[in-house]
Amino acid sequence: MISIRPILSNTIRLIFVALGALTLSGCAGAPAALSPASPNAALVSDLFFVLFAIALVVFVVVESLLFFSVIRFRRKKADEMPAQIHGNPKLEMIWTTIPALVLVVVFWLTWQTLISLAAIPPNAMNVKVTGYQWWWRVEYPDLGIVTANEIYVPAGQDILFTLNSNDVIHSFWVPELGGKMDMIPGHTNRLWLRPTKVGIYQGQCAEFCGTAHAQMRFTMNVAPVDQFNAWVAQQKLPAPAPTTDQTRQGLQLMTTVGCQACHAINGTSARGILGPDLTHIASRKTIAAGMLPLNAENLRAWIRDPAAEKPGTKMPKVPLDDKTLDALTAYLLTLK
Amino acid sequence: MSSEAVSASAARREYSGAMAWLTTVDHKRIGLMYIAASMFFLLVGGLEAMLIRIQLAEANLKVLNPELYNQIFTMHGTTMVFLAVMPLLIGLANYMVPLLIGARDMAYPRLNALGLWIFILGGVFLNSSFLSGGAPAAGWFGYAPLTSAQYSATTGVDFWIWGLELLGISSILTSLNFVVTTLWLRAPGMKLNRMPMFVWTNLVTAFLILFAMPSISAALILLFLDRRVGTFFFDAAGGGDPLLWQHLFWFFGHPEVYILILPAMGVISEVLPVFSRKPLFGYAAVAYSSVAIGFIGFAVWAHHMFTVGMAPVINAVFALASMIIAVPTAIKIFNWIATMWGGSIRVTSALLFAVGFIALFIIGGLGGIFLATVPIDFQVQDTYFVVGHLHYVLFGGSILAIFAAIYYWFPKMTGRMLNERFGIVHFALQFIGTNLTFFPMHILGLEGMPRRIYTYAANLGWDPLNLLATVGAFILAAAMIVFLYNILVSLKNGKLAGDDPWDGDTLEWATSSPPQVYNFAKIPSVASRRPLWDVKHGGKPLETAKEAHGIHLPAPSIMPLVLAVGLTIMMIGLIYGLIPLVIGLVIFVAALFGWINQPA
Repeated sequence: MISIRPILSNTIRLIFVALGALTLSGCAGAPAALSPASPNAALVSDLFFVLFAIALVVFVVVESLLFFSVIRFRRKKADEMPAQIHGNPKLEMIWTTIPALVLVVVFWLTWQTLISLAAIPPNAMNVKVTGYQWWWRVEYPDLGIVTANEIYVPAGQDILFTLNSNDVIHSFWVPELGGKMDMIPGHTNRLWLRPTKVGIYQGQCAEFCGTAHAQMRFTMNVAPVDQFNAWVAQQKLPAPAPTTDQTRQGLQLMTTVGCQACHAINGTSARGILGPDLTHIASRKTIAAGMLPLNAENLRAWIRDPAAEKPGTKMPKVPLDDKTLDALTAYLLTLK
Repeated sequence: MSSEAVSASAARREYSGAMAWLTTVDHKRIGLMYIAASMFFLLVGGLEAMLIRIQLAEANLKVLNPELYNQIFTMHGTTMVFLAVMPLLIGLANYMVPLLIGARDMAYPRLNALGLWIFILGGVFLNSSFLSGGAPAAGWFGYAPLTSAQYSATTGVDFWIWGLELLGISSILTSLNFVVTTLWLRAPGMKLNRMPMFVWTNLVTAFLILFAMPSISAALILLFLDRRVGTFFFDAAGGGDPLLWQHLFWFFGHPEVYILILPAMGVISEVLPVFSRKPLFGYAAVAYSSVAIGFIGFAVWAHHMFTVGMAPVINAVFALASMIIAVPTAIKIFNWIATMWGGSIRVTSALLFAVGFIALFIIGGLGGIFLATVPIDFQVQDTYFVVGHLHYVLFGGSILAIFAAIYYWFPKMTGRMLNERFGIVHFALQFIGTNLTFFPMHILGLEGMPRRIYTYAANLGWDPLNLLATVGAFILAAAMIVFLYNILVSLKNGKLAGDDPWDGDTLEWATSSPPQVYNFAKIPSVASRRPLWDVKHGGKPLETAKEAHGIHLPAPSIMPLVLAVGLTIMMIGLIYGLIPLVIGLVIFVAALFGWINQPA
């Protein structure tokens, strides 16, 4: 038996999607939230276009009625006297019922999408992300990897993000991959995504979380499976041992000037947990939660005076001489 | 309107000059002071908005540092909601409601004055935080635990707490007064279903304030205890829950949105019929839809919390309730259009602002449906899409309605007309500026721009639309300058208004402009929804009621002001210590005794 209903509703939906997409993509490239790179984001963007098309129709009809009535019924003679109509129950019933019916449809679509998004698939890969003022700790509990601010995931696989906060409320959001989910102290939230398109996607904190909220960014690097596996293999290694005098000195300074109080470097005595893990910092593209491209110059400036680069940052300014700064920078850049 | 009528009342102390204003209990003077003070705060909040838009005009600008930016956007939101839009509407109602229902004053004139003074002092108190180590910087909904002593160490949040408590007390007192006034002091013959629609919506609003305010007032005290006494209501580490704050806040916060929009809808329902020369279409439906919005408005608060991780069923229930609210809203819009349909529309500034309200409110309402659609909200929650939406509703909506009300009632309040040519320029700038500023924000939100960021990187592609929004903001500033200039010029040289410049339908147009202190020499008696229409087009004279005694007006009193000063000093004491607390308490109690011992 073939059921006509899904075919019909899908057809109508498609028409609306096309109508909505056409209108909105008229100006420029579609905005991030409407350029889905996962089925999760695609469900939302489809729903958006359906709703946009409905809203567009309502907008055109109602605004036309409004402006037509003002223009058409302008007073022409000072003494003209219009009919004194107090109401019309039949008409009023109609314009109560039509919006109600439209909203029933919208609610039904909402509900359908909502349950599709809520169904967490079994066997998803676990990634634990914890929000800190103003950076992200990223852990892969099943792989034994700890990193920060740059998340790597294999394309085409279900990922289950477990979201927590270390301090205030943050919100985890990568528009191309799906909707956001808050990170709330005392709560553990879960969000699943299946990134399908390879690429590097911008993410950021969406809930106001204090001074450097604007600079709490991250990237989601959706990689082909073999690239992802190579990344995993590299991240699992302890930090490479320093090979030159300067970098050896840099490693030593990590403990003597106080870096180890907050930062961990796997394979050394640095075991701090308050700041980002630095074991493979040189494999990342940015520092300071997506704020500065990683290079010697930026890294050195950041260590010298963190708050000058990112006002509010919790990383303290430690007075260091040029030689110390050079050694620390050189050492950190070896941590591929 | 002889003066004997008034002098017949009790032997009373009369003041002149500034003292006359400080001691007044006349609802009209109180209304004017409400409007003047909240216009001042509207300018302060507008200045803050301009700073925000200048900072965001391009990527990586450094006009404001993040600490200051965060204070400015927090105070912009707090100021516009609590110190500008809400008291502007309360001030208009204060002036107009007794006139619209044919009463001589509010039911409790001194309480009315108390509400005014607490509002003004509360606004000054809140803004003084800028000079006391920093304004609050946690956003206008102050989510825990960012507001805790650990994450907000300055006294900014304490000023925010007690400032909002003061404003809460003020609006609760005023609302009680509105409820009693509306239910008990209507002119003879004015049944509930004959009340002007502005009185209806204001009554619903008063009930909303009475039921919503206690929620935030309680939450603020819990927050203060967390900050200063070491309790853990909102601290997960101590067994509390940050989400408790969100529920308590939005249980107030969403009805607050209707508190800001329902009286505005009432204004539109007054202005359109008069300038269309027709009665309001579907009076009962417009009144009942306001009541429906009031009720359902209490069942939608968690739609501000779709991304906190609630179960899909709970999200769906709140989505459904939020969508249901769109129905009574749509009813109103269709009824307004039907009011104009087939009418004889006189295009004035007031009418343009009313039509502009509907045009922009439609966009705001449709944006609201997107936000109620949970999966879409997952994407746009906490982005500039929300900022765009809320400004369409509160700026395109409430503020345009307030301008409509001012153009409509200014002649009644001052005896002079506002300049219509300036009014039309003002409207054009306002309408264009609002769309230029706030429409691009929807797209910015979809592009991934979160709200409340003090800057953004250049590689994100957000520059062009942000610049457009900033240009729009400057057009809005120009609109405001035209408006203020119009007010100043018209107060001095405006055309004389006469009693009834618009060919109005309701009772305020039956008395002089501005009205005498006693409003009506003889209380009118009402037989329909449009008593003045009946007089002008039905040939019936305006009936007056038989009164048992002459005009009795309450005596002026300084005690409401003194009491408000005492209360405000107590609030300072709650932040800074025992001495101001005791001084404030002494003044408060003394004023209370003075109040009781004064004849009303």
